[in-house]
Amino acid sequence: MRFYQLPIYKSLLFSILFAISVLPSIGQDQGQNPAHRDTSSKAADTQHDANTDASHTAPGEHETHHEFDPAATAFHHISDQNIYSIGPFNLALPCLLYTSGKGWDIFSSSRFGFDAFGHGDGKVAYNQFVLHEGQVMRVVDANFPSGEVQIENFTHKEATNNKGKKIEVPYVVYQDREYLLDKKSTADGGLFGGGVTSFYDFSIGKNALSMLIVCLLLGWMFIRIARAYANNPGRAPKGIQNLIEPIIIFLRDEVAKPFIGAKWEKFFPFLLSLFFFILGLNLFGQVPFFGGSNVTGNLSVTMVLALLAFILTTINGNKHYWQHIVWMPGVPAWVKIILTPVEILGVFIKPLTLMLRLFANITAGHMTLVVFVSLIFIFGKSGQNVGASLGASIGSGLLSIFMMAIELLVAFIQAYVFTLLTASYLGAATEEHHHTEEKHH
Amino acid sequence: MTGSIAAIGMGLAVIGAGIGVGNIGGKAMEAIARQPEAVGDIRANMILTAALVEGAALIALLLSYLAA
Repeated sequence: MRFYQLPIYKSLLFSILFAISVLPSIGQDQGQNPAHRDTSSKAADTQHDANTDASHTAPGEHETHHEFDPAATAFHHISDQNIYSIGPFNLALPCLLYTSGKGWDIFSSSRFGFDAFGHGDGKVAYNQFVLHEGQVMRVVDANFPSGEVQIENFTHKEATNNKGKKIEVPYVVYQDREYLLDKKSTADGGLFGGGVTSFYDFSIGKNALSMLIVCLLLGWMFIRIARAYANNPGRAPKGIQNLIEPIIIFLRDEVAKPFIGAKWEKFFPFLLSLFFFILGLNLFGQVPFFGGSNVTGNLSVTMVLALLAFILTTINGNKHYWQHIVWMPGVPAWVKIILTPVEILGVFIKPLTLMLRLFANITAGHMTLVVFVSLIFIFGKSGQNVGASLGASIGSGLLSIFMMAIELLVAFIQAYVFTLLTASYLGAATEEHHHTEEKHH
Repeated sequence: MTGSIAAIGMGLAVIGAGIGVGNIGGKAMEAIARQPEAVGDIRANMILTAALVEGAALIALLLSYLAA
């Protein structure tokens, strides 16, 4: 997902920034080159590019022709990556890349020769793939040599996309020539600035690895708990059972039974899986300096979760559920004509809001945290003003701790809300018919 | 910074959702003050209703993505 091309998110971020402090305006468009659309052009300003050293660590030095851009930094940090960062250390991850017409490339991202400490810019191109800001990109130009090639650095240029919107396009510099880079294909159909490009990325990235770790942790924990119940039936729970049992009882008595009704037992395993999967990923994303993964803040993940809820609701919907959607009983005919399209839309809007709610809440939390940390670089003018950055560090630290406390609360609330709403949708679909004026959603 | 009219629309939708969620929270607090023994039911229904109101703001968010 490439959201950073969207002015709306930038505006949101900037309103957060302005709300918390009085700041001088952060110019983003200063000194940018006019659009270059050709795939390879001579590096216009070599001295300029020499400053863009790939081995930098401070996000403030991101692009030399920009001032520090907190929005771009935030989007960079919440996106999926092909490296895993623990603290300042970068670890390599497997890359599974499919190029149409060329086939599969399977290798470790250590081939890109990125720094162990740093920002995930590779120094080597491998089979026309490069690693830029932790993400695999592909050189569009077919003349670019295959195999392992030393590259110089990366630049960004402004271009206009087919919608007429200004976007930033990454280039790789190799032997004083700039080559246009393609990002991986996304399945959004151009909705969020993505779309099908020259390659597909099936890698086990940062998000997939985090998800596997969380699944293993949850699996290990629940198998242990289940064994404890099987081995000591009727005994008082001990250890981690004490933590999980009240949550499960709460979900059973406050969510499943009142919202689903008689058939709650059929859907309870699904609800529990949803709750603990979302909660586990939310909390895992909160662990500082450990990947900083943003799995539940990824639209693909929340879409699959919402799709599961949608499929279950649809296949379990009984006669009354569909009757209430297609031809609502007990209202005049002219109301039915208005109501039916709204109800049919509602069937799709329900999972859509499930998907967006979780995504927006978690992403907004992560981005606010990054922006709070960015305050250090904004006040310190990317390291030029040490006193101001020291002062801002204290303020930023306190604000970040406050925000993390709120995020901890949000992690639980969002997992609960997702489960609660799924239960209420399932309840509406399976509810037995009582009387015609029954609540229908 | 390039602005967008969609951002204004998003902001307006958030104002509406904010008023809605604020009302729900306020009324829930009143209800809990009146009937502290029903706090569990009130809380669950408060969160459910707030989530439904939030849904409207989220649809506005998506539409402003499409428009932007």
